[in-house]
Amino acid sequence: MECTLDAQSLISISLRKIHSSRTQRGGIKLHKNLLVSYVLRNARQLYLSERYAELYRRQQHYPDGAPLLAMPACPPPPAASPPELGALPLPPDAQDREARSCSAVRGGAELLEVPVCAAPPELQQRAPCRDSSPAFYRASSTAPGPGSPPGLLYAAGCDFGAPHCSSRTTVLDLDTHVVTTVENGYLHQDCCSQCPCCCQPAAGLASPPPAPGTKRKYYPGQEEEEEEGVEEGEPGGGGVAGGPPFAPCTKRARFEEYSAEHPQDSSNISNLISIFGSGFTGLVSRQQADSEQPLNGQLCSKQALASLGAWTRAIVAF
Amino acid sequence: ADIISTVEFNHTGELLATGDKGGRVVIFQREQESKNQPHRRGEYNVYSTFQSHEPEFDYLKSLEIEEKINKIRWLPQQNAAYFLLSTNDKTVKLWKVSERDKRPEGYNLKDEDGRLRDPSMITTLRVPVLRPMDLMVEATPRRVFANAHTYHINSISVNSDYETYMSADDLRINLWNFEITNQSFNIVDIKPANMEELTEVITAAEFHPHHCNTFVYSSSKGTIRLCDMRTSALCDRHAKFFEEPEDPSNRSFFSEIISSISDVKFSHSGRYIMTRDYLTVKVWDLNMENRPIETYQVHDYLRSKLCSLYENDCIFDKFECVWNGSDSVIMTGSYNNFFRMFDRNTKRDVTLEASRENSKPRAILKPRKVCVGGKRRKDEISVDSLDFSKKILHTAWHPSENIIAVAATNNLYIFQDKVN
Repeated sequence: MECTLDAQSLISISLRKIHSSRTQRGGIKLHKNLLVSYVLRNARQLYLSERYAELYRRQQHYPDGAPLLAMPACPPPPAASPPELGALPLPPDAQDREARSCSAVRGGAELLEVPVCAAPPELQQRAPCRDSSPAFYRASSTAPGPGSPPGLLYAAGCDFGAPHCSSRTTVLDLDTHVVTTVENGYLHQDCCSQCPCCCQPAAGLASPPPAPGTKRKYYPGQEEEEEEGVEEGEPGGGGVAGGPPFAPCTKRARFEEYSAEHPQDSSNISNLISIFGSGFTGLVSRQQADSEQPLNGQLCSKQALASLGAWTRAIVAF
Repeated sequence: ADIISTVEFNHTGELLATGDKGGRVVIFQREQESKNQPHRRGEYNVYSTFQSHEPEFDYLKSLEIEEKINKIRWLPQQNAAYFLLSTNDKTVKLWKVSERDKRPEGYNLKDEDGRLRDPSMITTLRVPVLRPMDLMVEATPRRVFANAHTYHINSISVNSDYETYMSADDLRINLWNFEITNQSFNIVDIKPANMEELTEVITAAEFHPHHCNTFVYSSSKGTIRLCDMRTSALCDRHAKFFEEPEDPSNRSFFSEIISSISDVKFSHSGRYIMTRDYLTVKVWDLNMENRPIETYQVHDYLRSKLCSLYENDCIFDKFECVWNGSDSVIMTGSYNNFFRMFDRNTKRDVTLEASRENSKPRAILKPRKVCVGGKRRKDEISVDSLDFSKKILHTAWHPSENIIAVAATNNLYIFQDKVN
C-alpha cells in the first residue's frame, strides 16, 4: 500500500481528528470516532512493535545478567501532536465520564510527545526482585532529563519476564495476576491471562462483570435518566484491583478497570498478532517474531499489544 | 441551493423527494405525458418545498442538533394526500403533502379580505361555495416523533404493514406506530454496559419489503444481522448473521474503516440484500450467510490511496446504493461526480458522470474510465486528477422505469433511458 505516513503521524492525525470532532456541529459522531480509534490502535500496534523490535535487538547485545536495560531513545514525536488536548469529545449520554476520558486522551497524547518526560514523582526506582513479599515487580523511569532513557525494562532473568515495553512503570501482582501499567499518570491494567508464567487465568478482576443494562420498552426521556444514574453511582476513586494505590491516578484507574470482557480481549489480541504477522511482514521481520519465544518474547509482545486495548477503549469511551 | 443529503422516489415514481443540509425538503413531480409532445417524456418539476427541520439546541447536553435531513421515506399512497417521513439526527417527522385547488367563498361573518363583519349589519344569509383556485401544494407536519434517540439517527424504514416504522441510531433501533408519538419500542440495543467495550455501531437498517416481522441492520464491522421480531421483544439475538471473512492479505491500518457498511438495501423481491462499504458493493442471498454471492469493485484504485483519503476525511464518506425496479442492475456513487452501474446478469458495468460541463441536456451520457496506471488514453482520467470534493453519495432509481436521480453535492440530476 502506498502510504507516506508512518505510525506516529497516523496517531497524531487520528488524535487531532478526535479532538476536532468535539467542536463539529451536531455533536460527536460516535461512528467516526470509533473508526478513528481503530486506526489509532493499528498505528500504535505498529509503533510498539517497532519499538519492541528495537528493544529485542538491544537485548541481544546484553545477555542476562544486566538487571536493568535501557530502552532505546524513542524517536522524537511529530511536532504535529497537539500539545494539549482539551476535554475529550463528550458522548451524548455520558458527560460525567469527561474527566476520565480527558485523562485518557491526554495520556495518549503524552505517550507520543514525551519519551523523555518524567513519570510521576511517586514512582520510585526499585531493583527488580524475584520474590519480594508483595510480589511486585517494578520498573520505573529515571529522573527527568533530556538525556535519560525514558523507560526501563527487566532483564530476561526474572521469572516474570519483560513487562510492558512502552510504559514507564509496570507492576505485576502475582496474587491476582494483574499487570498494571502507568504511563505518566495514565493508568491501565491488563489481565495477564495469556502469561505463560501464570498458571491460572486472572481470577481477581478489577470490577465485577457489568450488570446487564435494562433494555425494555423505551419511554422517551427515561433511558437517559437511568444512564446518568448508573454512572453517578459509580465511585470515582475505586482502587485498581491488586495495583498499587497511586494517588493521582484513582479516577483514571477506575476508568481503566477491566471486567469480564477480558477473554474477548485476549482473542482480539491474538487475532491482531496473527494479522500483524501477515500484514506487516515488511515492518516486523518474521525471524524476530519467531526467536522472541525463548525470551518470553511472545509474552512480551502479547502484553504490549494487550495494553492497546485499554488505550483504544479510552479513546472510544463516550 | 444547499447540499443534498437524501434522495427518494415514492412508490409510484410520480414524486421525487430530496432533503438537504439546511433542513429543507423539495419534492418534484413528474409531468403527465402528453401525446402532443412525446419527446418530453414526463419531466420532473418542483411540486413543493418546505422546511422540515430546524437547527435545535439540546440545553441539557450543550449540543447543537443539526437540521440536516438524513433520510426521507415515503409512505404508500392511501388517499389523495402524500405522506413522507423525514428525519434529522434526533427527530422523525411525518409530513402530509396535499393539494388544494378550491377555496370556500361567500362567508357570512367575514368578508373577502377576512375582516370580520358586524353581525348586526348582516341582512341576508348565504351558503359559502367552493370555487376553483390556483393549485396550492401545502405540507403540514402531522406527527413529530422526538426524544427517542440518544445517538444520531442514520436510517428510517417503513414497515410493509404500513402501520409501523423503525428508526435506527448508532446503537439502538426503535419501532414506532405512526399514530403514537410519545412511545416507541426499543427492538435492538447494542450498547454495551460499559462503553469502553464498544466495538461496533449500527450503520443502516431496513425492513423486509414483504415480511413485516423481518428486518436487517448493518454494522461498522461489515456484518449484517437479520432479525425476526416474532422471536422476542428485544431482537438482540439475530436470526441470521452475514459476514464475509476478511482477506488477511488486504490488511492495513484502515481495514476497519473500509469494511464498515454505509448502506444496506433489500432487493424488491426480498430475496437479496445489497451492502455498500467503502470500496465495494456486495449482493447477499438471504439463504447464505457466510459470504456474498456477488462483489463489485466500485473504485478499487483508491485502495492505494487510503492514507490520503483518511487525512482528508473522504474515507468516512457514506455512499448509498440502489436496486433498479427489476433487481437486475445496481447503482452506487463515487468521486469526481462519477456513479457506477452494475448489471448483475450480463456482468457489465459502466461509469457515468453527472456534470453540466461534460454533458449537455438530453445528450447521451458517455461512459467514463479511470486510468489506474501506465499510459493514460485520451478519454481516461487518471486517479490523481479525480476531484474528491465532488462525490455522489445519494442516488435513487425509479421503482419501475429506467429513470435515475443522482445528487451531486448541491445539484440534482435526473437521467432517463433514451427514447427511441
